[in-house]
Amino acid sequence: MATMLEPEDVLSNQKQAAPMQGDTRAQKAETPSVAIAFDERKATRANPPKAAAEKLNFWYGTNHALKDINLPIAENQVTALIGPSGCGKSTFLRCFNRMHDLQPATKYQGAITLRPDNVNLVGPETDPIEVRMRIGMVFQKPNPFPKTVFENVAYGLKLRGIKNRTELAERVEKALRGAAIWDEVKNRLNDSALALSGGQMQRVCIARALATEPELLLFDEPTSALDPIATAKIEELITELRQRVTVLIVTHNMQQAARVSDFTAFMYLGELVEMDSTSKIFTNPSKKATEDYITGRYG
Amino acid sequence: MAATAQMTLEEIRRGLSWRKQLDKVFVLIGLVILFACLAILALLFLDLVRDGASRFGWSFFTSFPSRKAVNAGILSASVGTALMMFVTALVALPVGVAAAIYLEEYAPKNWFTGIIEINVTNLAGVPSIIYGLLALGLFVYQFGFGQSILTGGLTLALLILPIIIVATRESLRSVPKAIREAAYGLGATRWEVTKDHVLPYSTGGILTGLILGLSRAIGETAPIITIGALAFIAYLPPSPVTSEFPFLSFEWLMSGFTAMPIQMFNWVSRPDQAFQANAAAAGAILLGMTLAMNAVAIFIRYRFRKKINW
Repeated sequence: MATMLEPEDVLSNQKQAAPMQGDTRAQKAETPSVAIAFDERKATRANPPKAAAEKLNFWYGTNHALKDINLPIAENQVTALIGPSGCGKSTFLRCFNRMHDLQPATKYQGAITLRPDNVNLVGPETDPIEVRMRIGMVFQKPNPFPKTVFENVAYGLKLRGIKNRTELAERVEKALRGAAIWDEVKNRLNDSALALSGGQMQRVCIARALATEPELLLFDEPTSALDPIATAKIEELITELRQRVTVLIVTHNMQQAARVSDFTAFMYLGELVEMDSTSKIFTNPSKKATEDYITGRYG
Repeated sequence: MAATAQMTLEEIRRGLSWRKQLDKVFVLIGLVILFACLAILALLFLDLVRDGASRFGWSFFTSFPSRKAVNAGILSASVGTALMMFVTALVALPVGVAAAIYLEEYAPKNWFTGIIEINVTNLAGVPSIIYGLLALGLFVYQFGFGQSILTGGLTLALLILPIIIVATRESLRSVPKAIREAAYGLGATRWEVTKDHVLPYSTGGILTGLILGLSRAIGETAPIITIGALAFIAYLPPSPVTSEFPFLSFEWLMSGFTAMPIQMFNWVSRPDQAFQANAAAAGAILLGMTLAMNAVAIFIRYRFRKKINW
């Protein structure tokens, strides 16, 4: 069952959750608990949504992959999508920048509304290229172009018709700083991006997505191909990015969701089971399925 | 105690040594076959060099054909071949690459494109003389290009088109999906993805395909004979560069010509034994040209592989 959650609901849930936190932790003591660093920000008010999925359905041919998903994405906060393999979390993420349009025989129904102009991202009348120009994406495996670091980050800007060299250089630097990799690559801007380490490549890819200042940034399991140290850097970066951009991240790693996100949505078999503040989901989920998943009973 | 399913160490070792023997036998067979093939090619080449040894020399490259074997050379044939290859490459490369891009990147996957794909592959297997007949009817008579370098180049371009299309598609397909998605994700159109990424990253494979195609075309004789290339030409095509404005001339395209394999064919069929040496020398040079082109193809592939390593 998909649950329709308005930000207000989330907010009220949080209020209820706050005094119960101590109890729930005690109850779950015997289950393999997920290490969660609680901090103040997760108890803050939810921002108004930047985007919202409304009764979103999606088909790969005849395979009904997403069923009636309703999910608000709070502005300038991190929303994590968790769930077992094949639950549709990546499929859902890829709806936001219309990546499915590259495949034949895919079908959307319903809406993903991007505020403030209320464009339906998956509407047939909306140009997918226009959508992709507003929404950035970072992929599972670092996928830099086999070009220089500079060319990688500048590509999105060049597509937007920016030719002025000074402006390009400035914005590339800003993006690389934003992705916390400037110091590592500032002397290697003209080296091939393929010569970097995996974690550096992924941060260059984040810089590439940031350069065009997207309104929403999608991360599709961005650390699944990286070692723990590179992963820690990327996670730190994602929590910092929150100040500038709205983030939606898919992760198969629950600890990661707990560490980086403000809100967590649990998906199962193409449906959204539950979405709430991350602390609530990991300590006192309202649905049995969510609890079973985060305590490791399946998935 | 009942026999268990587990093998004793001795049994394992006995079985293993037999299997390792088989492994060695296969390597041996492979090596013998490989060296036999290489040896035959080497012998052929050495035989041509030996037979033609008396004719190698500067004058062989700078002389026109002649009725006297000692005076005859391959000037008109080598120039004809070079110009024809130039036309072939110039026509086949853009057409072949464009066709491959369309089929690989743009065409929807349906029964119609399926038929086109099968036919492109089949075209590679059509006997070359059929291309010659087609060219005779189409280029020589219908379009009135005559028995010219243009006709020859176009014919060979048709012949190697399938090779280039197949090689290009192969090369385009090897660009990972992740790279395309990265470019699409930034808001690139299909054409921008193709021209900024897919095409540059597959240049190595495309050039390799072109050169392999050309090295097939350079030795083709049947279609060139069919369109009526002349066997005895004692003049060069008009120069493409002129002293008067606009300094470029395309008259050479319409010039009659001969080519290396035709020259060889002509010399081989002469009763005079002395011409056999000429044919052998020309054959060695032609073979050398083909091997050199293949070497260039390998070099290009190696360079691009080193630069782009997915």
